[in-house]
Amino acid sequence: MMTAIIQIVFYLLILLLLARPLGLMMARVYEGDPGWLRFLRPLEHLFYRLAGIAENQAMSWRQYTLALLLFNGGGLLLVYLLQQIQGWLPLNPQAVPSVEPALAFNTAASFVSNTDWQFYAGETTLSYLTQMMGLTVQNFLSAATGMAVLVALIRGFSRQHTTELGNFWIDITRTVLYILLPLAIILALFLVSQGVVQTVAAAETVPLLEPMTASDGTVIMSQTIARGPAASQIAIKQLGTNGGGFFNVNAAHPFENPTPLSNLLQMLAILLIPTALCFTFGQMIGDKRQGTTLLMVMLIIFVSFAAMTIYAEQQGNPRLDDMAVNQQVNDIQSGGNMEGKEVRFGLVSSALWAAATTAASNGSVNSMHDAYTPLGGLFPLLLMQLGEVIFGGVGSGLYGLIAFALVAVFVAGLMVGRTPEYLGKKIETFEMKMATVVILIPPLVVLLWTAIAVSSTAGLSGATNPGPHGFSQILYAFSSMGNNNGSAFAGLDGRHPFFTIGGALAMLIARYGLIVPVLAVAGSLAGKQKIPATAGTLPTDTPLFGGWLIIIILVVGALSFLPALVLGPIVEYLLL
Amino acid sequence: MRLLPYLRPLLVLLALFTLLTGLLYPLALTALAQIIFPWQANGSLLTHERAVIGSALIGQPFVDPAYFWGRPSLTEPVPYHAAASKGSNIAPSNPLLTEQIQARLHILQAADPENPLPVPVDLVTASASGLDPHISLAAALYQVNRIARERGLPAATVTRLVQQHTETPLWGLYGQPRVNVLRLNLALDGLQSTP
Repeated sequence: MMTAIIQIVFYLLILLLLARPLGLMMARVYEGDPGWLRFLRPLEHLFYRLAGIAENQAMSWRQYTLALLLFNGGGLLLVYLLQQIQGWLPLNPQAVPSVEPALAFNTAASFVSNTDWQFYAGETTLSYLTQMMGLTVQNFLSAATGMAVLVALIRGFSRQHTTELGNFWIDITRTVLYILLPLAIILALFLVSQGVVQTVAAAETVPLLEPMTASDGTVIMSQTIARGPAASQIAIKQLGTNGGGFFNVNAAHPFENPTPLSNLLQMLAILLIPTALCFTFGQMIGDKRQGTTLLMVMLIIFVSFAAMTIYAEQQGNPRLDDMAVNQQVNDIQSGGNMEGKEVRFGLVSSALWAAATTAASNGSVNSMHDAYTPLGGLFPLLLMQLGEVIFGGVGSGLYGLIAFALVAVFVAGLMVGRTPEYLGKKIETFEMKMATVVILIPPLVVLLWTAIAVSSTAGLSGATNPGPHGFSQILYAFSSMGNNNGSAFAGLDGRHPFFTIGGALAMLIARYGLIVPVLAVAGSLAGKQKIPATAGTLPTDTPLFGGWLIIIILVVGALSFLPALVLGPIVEYLLL
Repeated sequence: MRLLPYLRPLLVLLALFTLLTGLLYPLALTALAQIIFPWQANGSLLTHERAVIGSALIGQPFVDPAYFWGRPSLTEPVPYHAAASKGSNIAPSNPLLTEQIQARLHILQAADPENPLPVPVDLVTASASGLDPHISLAAALYQVNRIARERGLPAATVTRLVQQHTETPLWGLYGQPRVNVLRLNLALDGLQSTP
């Protein structure tokens, strides 16, 4: 456990060292100063000129929302159509046919909503062109969308007596050009150096050292190895908390994640922007401690959940205890529950990744969560169910956490009988209604969809493991889609339209059902006057408030999901 | 609310970003990768006398007792089917898991009846990719006596070969001591072809 703790500490240390400068740089980008990247300015202006955008043209919250919804709708249509016609398009060396419509809709909704739920199997379902022009593009744009919404909300706090929240087109253009694209290029090259493939050539066939006899008696002499332009997509899939894999098994594939170093780099990339945005937030509202308080809340919950996941997995599978299997944790093997894990990462880096990818709404996996021990699977599941606010998606995690902060000041305000304030703005009925909607939509979707699933044959057809774990598979699926995470208990058989189409609807509701009220709050706050803090103001940049916020998050999560968790992982744990 | 003013920025930006991030970015990166890291970018292919003999990153199936065996693989239709990766999604509570592990234990013990040690867990549990190229150092050492006997080599020679092929965790922290099975087996064959 000692080396596990050192691994976590070291990981977070590097993360914070990288995130702080990035966060401050992002704050400048959103105020129009790209720093040393200003040589890209002509490109930015060219985009505006071609698109007919005036740089001083600000939008009200309704205009901002409309632009966002239309833009995302266009993206959805594009990804869907690409999959429908990929069979006739170039860059398809494996000649994969067009995707079946329900699955194509699921994948399109999934990538536009920054979920990246993976019902498709990358190397056998999608052409290189679809991976590039469909999925990679939405990896950028869905991430930029989340960040734009956060920035609009921050402006709601920092401005007063105005209806203007900035310009959606400008915010996403700057996000892509100055933040996402440069980071993706750097990370992708690092990943290629480790062995992540980046080629447009077809699959490679190699001889087997020892020919293999298949179950039908045929002798197989060679192995066909799928390849493709993977690094470019993987870099942005991690940075943008997207998570959809190039290959079926995602970051467990040796070509997506070949070494412990590539694994560490990708784990850093998963949390990098969500962490950095806390600093951006502090900088843009002019009170850095507000940002670091929210970051501490995230870190405390993350570290405790990660440690518990690692510990649970290291205990191994009790059913193997009386067999001749050595599950010991020692110097020459990582031991523990190695089913569905890769040797090069070992157990700790697998379980730590599981916590990171579910804390952030990333959803890429380097081990199969379905094969985790009951408690090892419970903590990642709960991290999603907390509403994807512990880091969460880029932008969306922090605006979700701010909604929780509004509830926290409101509840605290009720206790002492004062009008709640946050960041110098009065929080009134409208803001509270919207914050409640933001917090309640995901649990509602998760529980409703799960309930329908387990009371219908269509839903039950998804479970591939017997007993309570089958229930966990379904609960995990909708916890993931209903919070835009995208990871899965991947044994789930998702072919039924209930999962493809129903799941797509869950992802869209969980994304846009939250974005619209958040932007409405931003619009309402921007119109209000900033009021100076008085002796009666509850300070929101203290450890006390941080602790209070943690309690609110855990109580809402526990109240919503405890019964469901008892039926799944906890019963399974007791049965082992 | 009038939609028309949104139409031009919508269409133009969608087209521009699709070109920039969907074509220019991946293709430029492919070009860069092919120039700077051509070996890695094409799949880390191992060659012997100019012929490709496998990938350093993709495992191969071994059942001959004279070779080191890798992780069990659940890809379909055959193990280590690298055209379609597939991991294990079998829950610890699933009876299928204990059946499979029992069967794998029997095969390992039948091939090496004198070995009284419990089998390292990674050697009897299926990997996450179905293509795992590695086994833990423990799993390699467990097989040393069998290999030595089958090949008529001193156990010390095989142990030394394992140690030479052991990859260590990053900074002694991330990952675990491990051995690339294909590379180790190629080295085993090389040991005996060059007297």
